[in-house]
Amino acid sequence: MYENGHRIMKPSRPVGIVGYGAYVPRYRLPGVEISRLWTGGAEPPPVREKAVPGPDEDVVTMSIEAARNALARAGIAANRLRAVWVGSESHPYAVKPSATIVAEAIGATPHVQAGDWEFACKAGTEAMQAAIGFVGSGMADYAMAIGADTAQGRPGDALEYTAGAGGAAFILGPAEESLAILEGSLSYVTDTPDFWRRAHARYPEHGGRFTGEPAYFHHIVEAARQLMEALGTRPEDYTYAVFHQPNVKFPQKAAKMLGFRPEQIQTGLLVDEIGNTYAGSCLIGLTAILDEARPGDRILAVSFGSGAGSDAFSLVVTEAIRERRDRAPRTRDYIARRVVIDYATYARYRGKIVLDT
Amino acid sequence: MHPARAWRGRSQRYRLEGEICEGCGARLFPPRDICPECQRPARTPYPLSGRGEVYSYTVVYEPPAGYEEQAPYIVALIRLEEGPLVSAMLTDVGPEEVYIGMPVEMVTRVLHRQGEHGVIAYGYKFRPVLRRTVMLPSPSAPVTA
Ligand SMILES: [Zn+2]
Repeated sequence: MYENGHRIMKPSRPVGIVGYGAYVPRYRLPGVEISRLWTGGAEPPPVREKAVPGPDEDVVTMSIEAARNALARAGIAANRLRAVWVGSESHPYAVKPSATIVAEAIGATPHVQAGDWEFACKAGTEAMQAAIGFVGSGMADYAMAIGADTAQGRPGDALEYTAGAGGAAFILGPAEESLAILEGSLSYVTDTPDFWRRAHARYPEHGGRFTGEPAYFHHIVEAARQLMEALGTRPEDYTYAVFHQPNVKFPQKAAKMLGFRPEQIQTGLLVDEIGNTYAGSCLIGLTAILDEARPGDRILAVSFGSGAGSDAFSLVVTEAIRERRDRAPRTRDYIARRVVIDYATYARYRGKIVLDT
Repeated sequence: MHPARAWRGRSQRYRLEGEICEGCGARLFPPRDICPECQRPARTPYPLSGRGEVYSYTVVYEPPAGYEEQAPYIVALIRLEEGPLVSAMLTDVGPEEVYIGMPVEMVTRVLHRQGEHGVIAYGYKFRPVLRRTVMLPSPSAPVTA
């Protein structure tokens, strides 16, 4: 056994991804539009633009479309799902699960586990770990995990530049039916107060510089490094890697710290085009990679959620990817569908009170 | 809409579930249990594809209560691929972009919100068919470069 072999998680029945789907809303707010309003254009924005949901969109509607795309790719009936789990920090209801509405809309009710998961930006991968366990134990043949957010930043706050919207859904199932087989996963969690939102507050608070080294980098790097160590893999064994993307620089630096080349993270690095989609972030990146991956490619996916923790997954793509990926729109199709809006339209869509500057 | 009324119709409203007449094969939407073509009972649930085209439309500038945040919006009659005409809101499209015959597809969106405290009503709307960069396996699906 490897030195830290007991830290890696492997289901007793082999598990993989049998279907996946993404969703990104059509509206885009350019970073320069925010910068123009709050700093007179003095500060260069951290991302070029971010995806903004329309007035009739929320975590439930985005999850439904991503889930339908995942079902189309998996080619299974929705009533074969034994779980529909939605990870988010922007569920439309404080009490009343998003997952029940999503499950009903896709036709997965009534014989289904449905629940909402919370862990800042890693709520979606938290649901994915549980879905792996659900299938891996034999309790279910198929389980769906979704990560989606319509994140909000306080007007004028640094987060407002990056807080985007989007989501991704994954159906976990038996390895022999999978388009990507799970080699193993690893979770790394500590109590770190880098970012939070109190129960009745509208916007989150963050620990400023505290969000970097002890939070994001420490958890991502440890989860990825320990998973690769336990699997006996090295960065050069991976065709692709994708990390949580709060901005462009953080995942680039994390990749460098771990020994990955820029080409390995390029396909999944979407934050400059859609913003930080929180619980959707690393998962939408993973869908963009699966859209392009070839059989035999190995993928490393590592989330990060404030509070704080990371989930790392090592996957190997199978032949099934070839016929399944075009059963639903590709992630790039959603990104290409792009309508630029100004700050006034954005404020109206997002119900923001625009403060005097 | 009252929550109880909305709740009873959720299958048809969330995912455009209609009925099929076992007698003549007609597809019904909304479900009405009696076939309008042959007058026989038609109670078998049938999931409609959600694909169709704009048959006619009107732009709503002065919306009823609960719809203000979405105005101006478009209400259209959609001719579904399976035959039925259905009335629905269009989404992800402006009044200057819509036209008769526009290919559309069903999506589930927020229909209206009862203020800050009430229930959120979800249901079908139609949007312009998403442009794909890659050809689809289905022969009826559009292909754009
Ligand atoms: Zn009939």
